[in-house]
Amino acid sequence: MLTVLIFLPLLAAGVLAVLRIPDRAAKVGWLAVSVVELVLLLVIWIGYRTPPPGGMALAQQVPWIPGVASSYSVGVDGLSLPLIALTVVVFAACAVFAWRDRHRPRTQAALFCFLESMCLGVFAAQDLVLFFVFFDLTIVGMYFVILGWGHGHAGRSALKFFLYTFLGSLVLLLGFIGLYVAADPHTFEMAELTRQAPLQGSGWVGGVVLAAVVIGLAIKTPTVPFHTWLPPAHTDAPAIGSAVLAGVMLKLGTYGFVRIAMPMLPEAWQAWSGVIIAVGIVSVLYGALVALAQTNVKRTIAYTSVNHMGYVILAVGAAGVLTGNATSRQVAVTGAVTQMVSHGLITAALFLLAGVLHDRRGSYELEDYGGLAKPAPRFAGFFAVAAFASLGIPAFSGFIAEFQIFTGSIGAAAVTALALPGILIVAALFLRALQQLLTGDVRGKSHGFADLRTSETVAVAPLLLLSLIIGVLPRFLLDIIEPAARVVVDLVSR
Amino acid sequence: MMAVLLWILIVLPAVVGGVLCVGGRRTDRVARTLGVGTSAVTSVLAVVAALQRPAVAVPFLAGADFGLRVDGLAAVVLPTVALVALLVLVFAAAWRGGDVPTAPSRFFGLMLLFLAAVLITATADTLPALLLAWEIMGATSYALIGFRWQDPDRVAGGATALLTTRAADLGLYLAAGAALTGGSDLTLSGLAGLPAPWRDVVAGGILVAALGKAAQLPFSFWLSRAMLGPSPVSALLHSAAMVAMGGYLLLRVAPLLAATGWAATVAAWMGALTALLLGAVAIAQRDLKQLLAASTSAQLGFVVMAAGVAGTAGGTTHLVAHAATKALLFLAAGAWLTALGTKQLDGLRGAARRWPVVGISATIGLLALAGVPPLSLWATKDEILAAVRESSTALAVVTLVAAALSAGYAGKVLVVLWARPSADHTAAGIENDFDTEEPGTRSVPSVAQSALIPLAVGAAVLGALALPPLSTEIATVLGVSGEPAATPVELISSGLLAVLVLAAVYRWGTPAPRWAAEWLHLERIVGVVVVAPVLSLAAALARFDDTGLDRTVRHSADRTMWLARRADDVDSGGIDAGVRGVAVAVVRSAREAKRPQTGQLYQYYVQVIVLLLFAALLLIVVI
Repeated sequence: MLTVLIFLPLLAAGVLAVLRIPDRAAKVGWLAVSVVELVLLLVIWIGYRTPPPGGMALAQQVPWIPGVASSYSVGVDGLSLPLIALTVVVFAACAVFAWRDRHRPRTQAALFCFLESMCLGVFAAQDLVLFFVFFDLTIVGMYFVILGWGHGHAGRSALKFFLYTFLGSLVLLLGFIGLYVAADPHTFEMAELTRQAPLQGSGWVGGVVLAAVVIGLAIKTPTVPFHTWLPPAHTDAPAIGSAVLAGVMLKLGTYGFVRIAMPMLPEAWQAWSGVIIAVGIVSVLYGALVALAQTNVKRTIAYTSVNHMGYVILAVGAAGVLTGNATSRQVAVTGAVTQMVSHGLITAALFLLAGVLHDRRGSYELEDYGGLAKPAPRFAGFFAVAAFASLGIPAFSGFIAEFQIFTGSIGAAAVTALALPGILIVAALFLRALQQLLTGDVRGKSHGFADLRTSETVAVAPLLLLSLIIGVLPRFLLDIIEPAARVVVDLVSR
Repeated sequence: MMAVLLWILIVLPAVVGGVLCVGGRRTDRVARTLGVGTSAVTSVLAVVAALQRPAVAVPFLAGADFGLRVDGLAAVVLPTVALVALLVLVFAAAWRGGDVPTAPSRFFGLMLLFLAAVLITATADTLPALLLAWEIMGATSYALIGFRWQDPDRVAGGATALLTTRAADLGLYLAAGAALTGGSDLTLSGLAGLPAPWRDVVAGGILVAALGKAAQLPFSFWLSRAMLGPSPVSALLHSAAMVAMGGYLLLRVAPLLAATGWAATVAAWMGALTALLLGAVAIAQRDLKQLLAASTSAQLGFVVMAAGVAGTAGGTTHLVAHAATKALLFLAAGAWLTALGTKQLDGLRGAARRWPVVGISATIGLLALAGVPPLSLWATKDEILAAVRESSTALAVVTLVAAALSAGYAGKVLVVLWARPSADHTAAGIENDFDTEEPGTRSVPSVAQSALIPLAVGAAVLGALALPPLSTEIATVLGVSGEPAATPVELISSGLLAVLVLAAVYRWGTPAPRWAAEWLHLERIVGVVVVAPVLSLAAALARFDDTGLDRTVRHSADRTMWLARRADDVDSGGIDAGVRGVAVAVVRSAREAKRPQTGQLYQYYVQVIVLLLFAALLLIVVI
């Protein structure tokens, strides 16, 4: 079932790439695949039962490269299932949003289906080599998305994105090899490595391997100071490319922290948790401040992504502080995973809406617009709701995530309270953007701005609706995440 | 059964509000009916809940519940808020002018969402529930202040309000974190029992958040900016409900404040200072809504002070009476703004005479605000004063001065409202002062006028809650007994003080110092000390990000390209050159190898002899 979920889009991608079917049929095909994926996801979600600690639900394993004890091993638990759900939902939204695209839609559909498979594979992978293969292929996929369908300096931004994150993945691979070598017997299997924790008691070697893994993942997340590839990549990517990049691909990095770094390198993680907390605090405040100074909508949202992912880093760092009580640390990790899901939904919606600006007028500059609420009230409403959801207003998922992150982190490590002003700065920057973009007199490019079309509304509304549902009735999500968070905290406390 | 009632109480306005907000133009026609109807049902449910005292809790997050409980304190405040909301919405529905008719759906939708948030705040039993509703109140407040979004100033005013209160709300996040560490299950009633260092952090966090929401010093300036919103918004949010929740929260956690000691003292003094300084600010105002806003802040200072000195009963009754009084006054201001087109005091001369219902209701409200017996705020203020004098004489003196100041600004408005046009003020001259802000309709709908009457009645009689025998009833309901009561001497003398101040204002007018008129320059100070540095830092960091940080990345890319070209040089210049050199040497040696092929026989003989000699030598050496 899980393999079908992962590889069905890949199959569709192959079909779309090879068969010369008309554009409309390609779009319908892409939509159909998305719907099937959603149905499969629903079945998996409803049938999901929390696996025992150390185990995975829906696990499948097939030997692959016996020489390095690597197998095709997939499974889900409370950490990966919400992210897999996020991936399926965001890609479905993109399929709907791209309904009116006219630029090589068949190739675009094929590429996005490929990308969806790769993203799902990363979240489901239970073997480090498999993880790495999927991880790298997502970078390849996104490179072509930005290059082929982007605008502005697409070539340059795509290359920068590719080289930077690919370098990160190579550093990550070094870390994986370090784990493999230290394990006895040598293996790339995640469950086995977690059980062994091979670098326990090995002093600075553990630190080096952790550094490799963390740097590799930090480049993907991205944290300060490895974030500079993100703003140009977002600015020049197409709407659905940005939505996937921010909504799903950034989570590959943070997921790596909770799946690989924390469980497999607990001692090193505890030793270096101070550094990780510091990186988190800096990302939160730096990201928010730089976002405040931006005049380009997409760059603003990109930097708020740095800020939001900073909260996740903060929380997982705090979870490694053993002097904090266990409940606080579990709450922090739960908040971190919730933030991954929440940020994915909300930021995908924001980037799709920003894409509407470019589609109509070709500009992301805030000063080019004004009073947009008059010609485009539906756009204004959705944008305002998305902005408020992003700044953490309750009744939306962002509040659930941020409340848990702060409540848990401050309990574990009081210094994390330094990141609180981030909430305030993000509120300020979104209010300023709303004011400039939507209110006041109708100015500049706002004249005659066409409101949201059906495909755009149908793409964005479910994302925000899901965020609202999580915000008001969080238990259905938290009941899945909390057991897995407890396991992670137990593992990192060894 | 009762639990269901509580859920309906909060879910009904939330859902209807959400539907109206999403509906937009399509639900404009039913917006007023739905809005008032929902509010009416909510009021009934609130009264029933106050009598039945239900409680609910569902698991929510961080191991804590989303818990609601109607205890004694909520039982008093819940119906108050619901009823005031109903009357304000009736006024807004009947109001022909202002902003409501432009988008009734959005207005009533947001007001209902706000109402739901207030009801949750009033009944919240756990920190997550409180914080959730607290932030939603702030968000709806922003949307309502900036209701006329075409005007960027109003939206900016809403942003100031939201950001200031959000800054204060960070205290609640901090408090939640500290509470969880201290082992609390995040219920509000359990906070007082936390161990020492956590308890202080929690108290500090809650105190900051409450002071911010209640527009106490140093946060008061946001209330001034919030006055840019429509008058019903000012009447509900910024007098009776949202800012009142700041004081309400402190009353609810009064045991926590008392347990920490320092928190109670800080609360009491911040409340007292606010009452004093904002009273002075109110006297200096020339815009009616600004004066009422400053007055709200000052009156809530009394409530905050009451929470600090454990005068819960007095604080609660003051909260209730002030809600009715201030809502009334803001609605009257709104009526005059629509009818006469101005809210400047200069333009409202004799306004009370034109529409008697509005004028007399407003007069009752103003006299109550002044503390004239037997109206409501006189008795409630004295109940607070009684608790204050038990605690500290200095505080009591400050309170008395603040009470005198409230009589001062109330008197100032009364004098203007009932002024007779003087001989040299022709009808045309007065008309010149009208319509300064918008064209006036010269009429106030009778339904709108009638909404003011219950509020005026409340402003008049709610003081009975602070006097025996009802005061002991209230004390029992609230679960606080043995709080000091005002002596008859105190009651009479405070009443006398109020009347004297009114007379003095009538005779000599009021001063208007610049520092008071500018709201103590708080906004400018915050702008210089907080806002400007943050914006400069943001710009500097953005520049650093583009040029400094990214330059390192680009530099490393450039260096890599340089290294690649060097390697290319080594490769093509060095290594490949070496390979080519070998090839050239081979070709050369091949050419050299042709040299012996001269065709001259004697040379071949010489070559053969040389070769044979060499071979012989080799043989001898080897063997």
